[in-house]
Amino acid sequence: MDMTLLSRLSDFEWRIEAHGKMRVPAILYASEELIRDMDNKVYEQIVNVATLPGIQKAAYAMPDAHWGYGFPIGGVAAFDPQEGGVVSAGGVGFDISCGVRTLLTALKVADVTTVQQPLADALYRHIPAGVGSTGRLNLDDQQLDEMLLNGAQWALKLGYGREADLDRTEERGCMAGARPEAVSEFAKKRQHREMGTLGSGNHYLEVQHVVQIYDEASARAFGLAPDDIVVSIHCGSRGLGHQIGTDFLREMVLQAPQYGIELPDRELACAPIESPLGETYLGAMRAAINCALANRQIITHLVRQAFAEVIPEADLSVLYDVSHNTCKVEEHMVDGHLKRVFIHRKGATRAFGPGHPAIPEALRAIGQPVLIGGTMGTASYILVGTDESERRSFSSSCHGAGRQMSRHQATKRWRGRQLIDELAGRGIIIRSPSSRGVAEEAPGAYKDVTSVVEAAEKAGLSRRVARLEPLICIKG
Amino acid sequence: MDVRVGWEHYAHGADIGVRGIGRSMAEAFEQVAIALAGVITDPARVEAREEVAVECQAPDPEVLLVDWLNALVYQMAVRRVILAHFRVNLAGNQLHGRAWGEEVDVARHEPAVEVKGATYTDLFVGQNSTGAWVAQCVVDV
Repeated sequence: MDMTLLSRLSDFEWRIEAHGKMRVPAILYASEELIRDMDNKVYEQIVNVATLPGIQKAAYAMPDAHWGYGFPIGGVAAFDPQEGGVVSAGGVGFDISCGVRTLLTALKVADVTTVQQPLADALYRHIPAGVGSTGRLNLDDQQLDEMLLNGAQWALKLGYGREADLDRTEERGCMAGARPEAVSEFAKKRQHREMGTLGSGNHYLEVQHVVQIYDEASARAFGLAPDDIVVSIHCGSRGLGHQIGTDFLREMVLQAPQYGIELPDRELACAPIESPLGETYLGAMRAAINCALANRQIITHLVRQAFAEVIPEADLSVLYDVSHNTCKVEEHMVDGHLKRVFIHRKGATRAFGPGHPAIPEALRAIGQPVLIGGTMGTASYILVGTDESERRSFSSSCHGAGRQMSRHQATKRWRGRQLIDELAGRGIIIRSPSSRGVAEEAPGAYKDVTSVVEAAEKAGLSRRVARLEPLICIKG
Repeated sequence: MDVRVGWEHYAHGADIGVRGIGRSMAEAFEQVAIALAGVITDPARVEAREEVAVECQAPDPEVLLVDWLNALVYQMAVRRVILAHFRVNLAGNQLHGRAWGEEVDVARHEPAVEVKGATYTDLFVGQNSTGAWVAQCVVDV
């Protein structure tokens, strides 16, 4: 990105003054190096977001921001319905409620190293992954509607998981305000056989070990210690969410002129929150959040089954489940007043500081766990929300490494088989149906996740608790 | 007019751009659909064993392109097939398409990634300086 376009507020905070049609300024949180590496399109997109009606305070870009659709990935924006605020299907993205769930296992590295291969095989056998894979469940219309209303709580009723899992899931596993009738038949049809599937692309399931602790007190509260084994699941609302994104993006593109919304980019398509289209989208989007929560709940159950086969003494409990593609209603301070706003987080993670009522009781005094997915060859991080992030970014932080190289370039540079062998040499086992898929997700195609989380910490968005490195990666 | 008919991918940050080039808009739509299949697998590996009919209607050619690609994404998802051979007829902003392909065979196709949807990003339908028809957009994977 052209640095002359920005004014530097600190080493990790950069500002674009409101100009042209911008209603508010834009703020980018990142190191100078990360900003330099960002595409100029991130500048263009965050400026465009700042032009949308009813936007509050500023449009924000997280340290892992990169070129997305309409909104940059790593974009955060809040809208007030009382001021004509909008909801944007592009501001949530196609993979509604994509997120990360991390499970504690009560195991140490030594418990896993001797059975790493059979554990990888069992996980690969139990969890459907990749293009065209189907889950064991085949839902009829009524079951699908129940799932869309009740999320992970629905999955629990079918025997997938434990009550305690819900305590550690955002919204206790069930997003209120879901409207299954707002979801098209097309979207439902895409989901009938996809429950409990991982998907493809950057989605994965990893067995990881804790290699470093940065914050002893938070780590203890989260149940993390050096050499602990954890499992992280990264996936979303599958075909249903993708189709809802497709359906509503089209409607919002076509209806924007009717609502008097001038779009600088069609992909920014949106509708007033208080409009029939806005309300219908919110109902469908919340149903997709429930689909994602149910999906990660079912996968949790499958992971437990796989572990039980190989390491019967493992006891898998949910550390936390947090989404990074959502629009949620929250209360935040704006110009000295507590306001009810609609926060879009597109490739950004909610990061509530200590004391927030939405945090599970057992963790409330510490702050919300913020789960950051890395790549199969580098590391992932667990962070904790801070008081400061409320003021800085509507309590939001980064979500992952962020790509720095296109899929196309990645396949030219790496061969899947060769990567799998190299990683095996470093003690990381990959299981995937597609060697090209592995090449497209090569660790080198991503930014350095460590510099992303360091920037998030230095910008005050969240604080590092633990670094995790992979031992097994199931890749879709 | 000497037009190099074909398809290609181009880089977009996290995802991938698909482009079809043809002597007519319909041919560009056929080619960009092959590019879509190419995101998933090598289209040459896909046999034409199953036929699917697709109908779309839109207010303008660009929205029609997004609709066409999304209709294919939808058909591939619900039928668990990869579609890689296409015929397109256009009448104004109405599209009648036929697509051929086969069920996903993980061993033979090695599908790299599923497409979530076609986007309005970098969306273009029109003629370039050489007179060739170009149809392109970014797809989310």
